[in-house]
Amino acid sequence: MTPHMLTRSLDRGATIFLLVVAALGVLIPLSNLLLPAGSFLQVPTYLVALWGKYVCYAILALSIDLIWGYCGILSLGHGAFFALGGYAMGMYLMRQIGTRGVYGNPVLPDFMVFLNYSKLPWYWYGFDVFWFAALMVLVVPGLLAFCFGWLAFRSRVTGVYLSIITQAMTYALLLAFFRNDFGFGGNNGLTDFKDILGFNVQAEGTRAALFALSCLALIAGFLICRAIVSSKLGKVLIAVRDAESRTRFLGYRVESYKLFVFTVSACMAGVAGALYVPQVGIINPSEFAPGNSIEAVIWVAVGGRGTLIGAALGAVVVNYAKTFFTSGMLAPYWLFMLGAMFILVTLLLPKGIVGTFNAWRDSSSERRPAEATRSAAAEDGVTEPKMAE
Amino acid sequence: MPANLSARLCSLALSLFLIVFALPAFAGPFEDAVSKFANDDFSDTEEAIGAVASSGNPLAYPIISALQDGRLMADPDSKKVYVTSADGKSIDAATGQPVASVPDSASAVRLNNRLRRSVDAAVGGLTLMSPDLGMRLQAAQSVFKSHEETALDAVEGALAKETNRSVKATLGDARAAILLYKPDATEVQKLEAVATIKARGDQEALALLTGIGSDQPASVTKAAASAIGSIQSSLAVWSMVQNAWYGLSLGSVLLLAAIGLAITFGVMGVINMAHGEMVMIGAYTTFVVQEVIRTRYPGLFDYSLLIAVPLAFLVAGALGVVIERSIIRFLYGRPLETLLATWGLSLVLQQAVRTMFGPTNREVGNPSWMSGAFELGQITITYNRLWILCFTLAVFAILLAMLRYTALGLEMRAVTQNRRMAASMGIATSRVDALTFGLGSGIAGIAGVALSQIDNVSPNLGQSYIIDSFMVVVFGGVGNLWGTLVGAFTLGIANKFLEPVAGAVLGKIAILVLIILFIQKRPRGLFALKGRAVEA
Repeated sequence: MTPHMLTRSLDRGATIFLLVVAALGVLIPLSNLLLPAGSFLQVPTYLVALWGKYVCYAILALSIDLIWGYCGILSLGHGAFFALGGYAMGMYLMRQIGTRGVYGNPVLPDFMVFLNYSKLPWYWYGFDVFWFAALMVLVVPGLLAFCFGWLAFRSRVTGVYLSIITQAMTYALLLAFFRNDFGFGGNNGLTDFKDILGFNVQAEGTRAALFALSCLALIAGFLICRAIVSSKLGKVLIAVRDAESRTRFLGYRVESYKLFVFTVSACMAGVAGALYVPQVGIINPSEFAPGNSIEAVIWVAVGGRGTLIGAALGAVVVNYAKTFFTSGMLAPYWLFMLGAMFILVTLLLPKGIVGTFNAWRDSSSERRPAEATRSAAAEDGVTEPKMAE
Repeated sequence: MPANLSARLCSLALSLFLIVFALPAFAGPFEDAVSKFANDDFSDTEEAIGAVASSGNPLAYPIISALQDGRLMADPDSKKVYVTSADGKSIDAATGQPVASVPDSASAVRLNNRLRRSVDAAVGGLTLMSPDLGMRLQAAQSVFKSHEETALDAVEGALAKETNRSVKATLGDARAAILLYKPDATEVQKLEAVATIKARGDQEALALLTGIGSDQPASVTKAAASAIGSIQSSLAVWSMVQNAWYGLSLGSVLLLAAIGLAITFGVMGVINMAHGEMVMIGAYTTFVVQEVIRTRYPGLFDYSLLIAVPLAFLVAGALGVVIERSIIRFLYGRPLETLLATWGLSLVLQQAVRTMFGPTNREVGNPSWMSGAFELGQITITYNRLWILCFTLAVFAILLAMLRYTALGLEMRAVTQNRRMAASMGIATSRVDALTFGLGSGIAGIAGVALSQIDNVSPNLGQSYIIDSFMVVVFGGVGNLWGTLVGAFTLGIANKFLEPVAGAVLGKIAILVLIILFIQKRPRGLFALKGRAVEA
């Protein structure tokens, strides 16, 4: 990533977005830590954790937008990569508990003592060191995505078929992680964390730092995605999205491009999960539920696919709405709203908030449609029927 | 000393009292035997059981079964024994006369494990002669299981009189079981017994043969060992048959759930994530029909499903047409967005049902012709599963015939194969789309009626089938109903054969992984459409 690439990839909207995220990443922790509790401008700690959660969701949405918005791969199993990253972090946090657990076993986490494990399963080795866990946060989702994508893209599984088998993948993982003998805490998952890198996860300072880190990760993820989509590689990806067969006939190895971007996206989702776990304090198999992955897709659709900013925005807006509505009297109606959002956005607002705004701005200033608008308005990831017939 | 003296005096007085007042009760051996229950001594109780059971007195069965249930009360002071029943009435065990109340000093006759066995055997022996066929069969079964020596006479007596074939066979088995465990039975008798039990060939026979111990003649041990081997191998075959049946049953459920999806996906290329909710609506239609029948026309309960099937088809089908006209119509050519919109729809429908009917399971009853089970060889087949299998095949056949022989079917196939050409030939493709979607949804509704019989009717009913149904359609291949049929039964049977090996959850995971791998090999499923339509 050269500086040149970076500057070229940033338009005005992207700059504003980055500045806003950076400002939030600095101001919210500062206000939380420095201002006296109860003051008007002080952000309470629970809100820091809540917003930290939103930022993690935004990273997940970004990773989905990268493959769906720019390469036409609709993954209904991205929650699996998110959860795997989360589990890798959770395993590190479990090992940090040490003798402070209920059973006080220095090596085995509580649930293993409870389930009569005599020694640590081999796949838990190494998770007591942070760098190894951090590496696994990237490697495990990345490797799964690589293997899965290698099999799927090479045999040209596309469109809804791919969506359905990604859903089957996360469903299979859901079932597997629910099992007690799988070694990840079964139904209850991993929880009751104490320390991260020696800092208490419950402490205000740690929460503020995690929030700042999440914002930083969002910025980094955004820059990586921008760099990918505005490079030559990105142009090929968009070509694959709009006319896969034609791109193949032009001599591009479509599957390699797809595989690359799918793996990158999975790693990003893993990072999002890893940042999510210490902030919410638990990871359990329900994160693998197919419904979660589909919900993440709707964030992107609401915000505007193929716009990156829209994906992040959509994640925050939808989740804010969810928090707002599910905590009040309207709680029984939340699912109606969520369902209606799915339907209305696909029917009436196919470009999402940001895409529609861009289109409106472009048409009102009577400029030629910008690249982003064109791509947002384009067809789905399946090979265009008219072209093939 | 005075205490001792007074105790003696007391007991003397008591004996005198007993002799004077209780004399009429000692009129015969039956009464004599009954009074032994009052001694509160296990060996006396055992003798009493034997004597009462063999007395032939009509009171024998009530007494022994009361003893079994702890309803036999004995008064140690008066040596009187009473049979009480749950509704508070009691009779004198010796005479059968009703008594107003049981004295407070009476307590239930106690049993230990050894006695409990002879009580069971005695009950078995007593009911062996019962006029009720089911009772006799049950009694013979219980004697076979307990193989209590004391029941031998009763069994042989019953065997001589028995006319029903299956009871007679069971009595023969029971006799063989007793002889096999009887220490003083001859070797020939024992060998015959082994042969009889071998012919029975089920799990219980196996348990009986493995439990005979080593103190048997060598020839018997050998015969038993070979019988065990042959029973085990036949049981293995039966367990395969059992798995295959379970697999067929699961396959029929999968087929039922997936078949509507195969139509909408195959003909229209529409991924309907709300398909499971159509199944759920069918199930709730059944619930409503049954509620109405229960409150208004209780006599019609056995016909509730027959009424529910067309209603569920209409309700779900009409809803399907509405959905197609209001949402899906605008999303043709955008399959991924159809997927999202219908997912949203499924959330709305689930929540709507939750609001209307509550989040808990609703009870849907089985009509009488769908409850119960029958034995086929060594396996048990429940009627509801059998009916669902038949029903599924019927639905499949009707659907196939409809696609093949009706005008609408012809139009549907035409639209599937080449939408533009069909439109050019004057087929109103949008009408066909709406009707196709309605048909697919209606069939999902019918599936809901069937699934309400074996699954919990809750707002989440559809969710649990949606991934499985997609797997079936994707595995079988799109646009081909036979593919769906083969896919459903393959997955069902594979699942049930993997289950005993890998466990239910791992088996399911293995199936999912296998399908994911299979899709790599044949991205368009088992029975893929060929030609240009494939790339569309």
